Amino acid sequence: MTEQYFSGLRIELFLTMLILALLVGKVLAIKQNPIGTLTLISVFLISSIGISFMQNESGYLFGTMFRTNSTILFEKAILLAGTFIVFMLGFEWMKKQKHFLEFCMLLLSTLLGMCFMISSGNFLMFFLGLELATIPLAALASFDLDEKKSSEAGMKLILSSAFASAILLFGISFIYGTTGSVSFDTIASAIDGNNVQKFGFICILTGFAFKISAVPFHFWTADVYEGAPVAITSYLSVVSKGAAIFVLMPVLYHAFGRMSSTYIPALILLSTVTIITGNLFALRQKSMKRFLAFSTVTQAGYLLLGITGNNTEAGASVVYFMLIYIFSNLGAFTVVSILQNRTGRDDIGVYKGLYKTNPTLSMVLLLALFSLAGIPPAAGFFGKLFLLSSAAGAGYYVAVIIASVNMVVSLYYYLNIVKMMFVDEPEITIEKLKPAVTEQISLFICCCGILVIGFIPAIYEYIYNLSAAI
Amino acid sequence: MNLSFLILIPFLTLLALLAGNGAQFSRMIAAVGMTIQLGLSVFLAFAYCAERTAGNTTTMLFQTEVSWFKPLGINYHVGVDGISIAMILLTAIVMLAGVLISWNIEKMTKEFFILFMLLGAGAFGFFMSLDLFALFFFFELAVIPKYLLIAIWGSGRKEFFAMKLALMLMAGSALALVGIFGIHFNSAAADGTMSWNLIEIGKVHIPIAAQRLFFPLTFIGFGVISALFPFHTWAPDGHSSAPTAASMFLAGISMKLGGYGCLRVAIYLMPEAAKEYAPIIITLAVIGILYGAFATVKQTDLKYMNAYSSVSHCGFVILGIGMLTKTAATGAVLQMVSHGLMTALFFAVIGMVYDRSHTRIGAQMGGLLKVIPFIGTAFIISGLCSLGLPGLSGFVAEMNVLTGAFEVNSMYPRIITLLAACSLVVTSVYILRMTGLVMLGPLKKEEFRNFKDARWTERLASYILIVAIIGMGVLPFWLSGMISDSMGGIFDNLHLLAGN
Repeated sequence: MTEQYFSGLRIELFLTMLILALLVGKVLAIKQNPIGTLTLISVFLISSIGISFMQNESGYLFGTMFRTNSTILFEKAILLAGTFIVFMLGFEWMKKQKHFLEFCMLLLSTLLGMCFMISSGNFLMFFLGLELATIPLAALASFDLDEKKSSEAGMKLILSSAFASAILLFGISFIYGTTGSVSFDTIASAIDGNNVQKFGFICILTGFAFKISAVPFHFWTADVYEGAPVAITSYLSVVSKGAAIFVLMPVLYHAFGRMSSTYIPALILLSTVTIITGNLFALRQKSMKRFLAFSTVTQAGYLLLGITGNNTEAGASVVYFMLIYIFSNLGAFTVVSILQNRTGRDDIGVYKGLYKTNPTLSMVLLLALFSLAGIPPAAGFFGKLFLLSSAAGAGYYVAVIIASVNMVVSLYYYLNIVKMMFVDEPEITIEKLKPAVTEQISLFICCCGILVIGFIPAIYEYIYNLSAAI
Repeated sequence: MNLSFLILIPFLTLLALLAGNGAQFSRMIAAVGMTIQLGLSVFLAFAYCAERTAGNTTTMLFQTEVSWFKPLGINYHVGVDGISIAMILLTAIVMLAGVLISWNIEKMTKEFFILFMLLGAGAFGFFMSLDLFALFFFFELAVIPKYLLIAIWGSGRKEFFAMKLALMLMAGSALALVGIFGIHFNSAAADGTMSWNLIEIGKVHIPIAAQRLFFPLTFIGFGVISALFPFHTWAPDGHSSAPTAASMFLAGISMKLGGYGCLRVAIYLMPEAAKEYAPIIITLAVIGILYGAFATVKQTDLKYMNAYSSVSHCGFVILGIGMLTKTAATGAVLQMVSHGLMTALFFAVIGMVYDRSHTRIGAQMGGLLKVIPFIGTAFIISGLCSLGLPGLSGFVAEMNVLTGAFEVNSMYPRIITLLAACSLVVTSVYILRMTGLVMLGPLKKEEFRNFKDARWTERLASYILIVAIIGMGVLPFWLSGMISDSMGGIFDNLHLLAGN
């Protein structure tokens, strides 16, 4: 019995141990040693990724509270990998912070919360995980103590999250009231799709839409992304969004499986509106972080579209896309972080003529943007195509046409950045920047991910075989 | 022969370029790579003919199939028939000529050739793919590098035109993508499995309702890239602002991707819808032909002139495909090859003239044949080929299209064909006038006397293209025979229909 708990909770236990170790270090007031801490965290994270692939039994723990299976473990591995890259790309900034250890602890606690969230087998657990994931994030967003904007970002994040959580909880209460349960399994068999349940469902979906910043619940995104430290922005855009999407799938397919006639139109509407609005806003951004914020809004739209497909294919394409998306988006953010750290500027003017002085950084950003835009041979091409193919397979061709025409719009703004780097004359003189070792690691991992994932057939096959269990 | 080599060699050249440094090294590597590629393509053509004479009647030869995304049934699957061979030969010739013409590029030489190789890999892959997904992958691969080629090395309002081109082509490919999805998800065979494999889908009957829906998407999607009227507006601007080699690739190969896609994907897989939509297609084609021809007459810029004439000539490709007869479609493929060679030569020559005179306005030049006889001769040859002089490739192609089009036994296509034939007169007007203006007559300016004739790389590139043009004009039969034999596969579907 105990063994089962250890095995099912192994990643969560690992993370808790790590957080406790950092806490002990803090309490004993050991002299702050950023490199040592980073090494410790990296070792823990990488070994957690390793153990997530170990032999696994699927099933429930604590009644129906905690669900575990190979898919969930793989999703956790994706989030862990994302967090690892975030640590790498943000380390140069983190190590200068007075409260470095607290920063790490908070970041790891949100990750822990997300792990519980995607493992949740009922709404109670889900809500607990969600709160554990959200509240530290608000603290993290306001971590840049010298920046007014950073505090603003934290404030906005906590207010909008609280609002979203409230609506979510409101929706859950309706579902609980009509089905008598918070467990996904019981809900699945008790739900009949009456109007009260529909209302509850819409509230729950709204809560999710806040988390993945789908339009019209995206207003916090740009401001928070702009104000928060780059490490947190990238974490929000990838890991946090990934967790929300990963948990949305079982909620829809399991708990609300019988209500597919309600949730599919809702999702299609949400996704097309999100894609169009995200694109239109991204067109006019002058700040790189805001630009990437709206680009992630658009990507969320594509993810939502992918979810509408046939369950197994949709699940596989979403997980596959997230895997690729981690590398593409974090690759872009690494370059943004390096430039912002060295020049102190975030507007897109900095990128003008970057290729002349920093060819490597420009090439990485080019690859990352192409991957986000879905241009071969970057892996994003495959990711995006499978999302569309999953929706097309279910017959939603109109949405697919809207989405694929919007890929053209997004190409415009991605190419604009590329043009600035390769064609325009520099606005300010940037000397040749030398990325720190951690940043180099992050750049290297992201590039490899972007270039390689599409050409290794085994990866998709592995994900596909898993995704039957979503 | 393993076809993957044809994708591998541009790719390996690209890697070698990445590893190396220095402008001269990059040029040499690119030239060596493309020479090997041309050699391989010629060898492939011979190997193909040998197989056919040995009596191998499989639709697609030299197939290789490797599983790519197994759960979705996506494979890397290549194979060739006569049409692919013709296009591969064209691509190999234009690529080599493009590399030679770009010899004097000094700005970011290495990057230029890397992008050029990427384009080449995309085009080769596209012409060989038998899997719809892989086909689309290579199609997209051959689109975006053009943006960078034009935006970085181009001239004039290059950023704007590059963006226009990239967005319009991407919009086309977005439509084609939806069409491809539609084809795939309606390709359920008797046992319910859906396929990406072109040959397998060709055996399945796609429901007519689905065909009506997805044929226009696919055809327009691929049509955009072959300058189907009214989606041609990217072509003149894109061509004229591109650097010489990119113009050559763009007009010579890239526009053919569209024609090939229309034929291989849209017509082949959705024959019934093709029949229904044929009147619209040929109407658009003839508007493109006439509009392009008349627009060319008004041009003063040589590159714009050739670009608009490309719109007109590519109209013949669409016309030939839209007539849905074997002869016309063979003519369409011949026109793709012929126009590819001819326009590549024309752009190369215009590039050479521009390098010397620093102007592309025809009226500012004059009498150039006296000072640069080689370039002048090449100019006149490409012009004559464009107006369809017998003995050169243009004549063979357009003759095939027009006779084939006239075979259709109904009134409307015949009127359309007559109209299209009228454009030949307009073509001779602009070609002869431009030749007279630029090459003949007295020398306009004294400084023209200092012009040096073509360098060896330019000569070599021109020779390769001219030999191909004349070869195709004098001995068209082996090529047209190869193509029309392979048309059987495509048109069998069509002839099964009632009324044929």
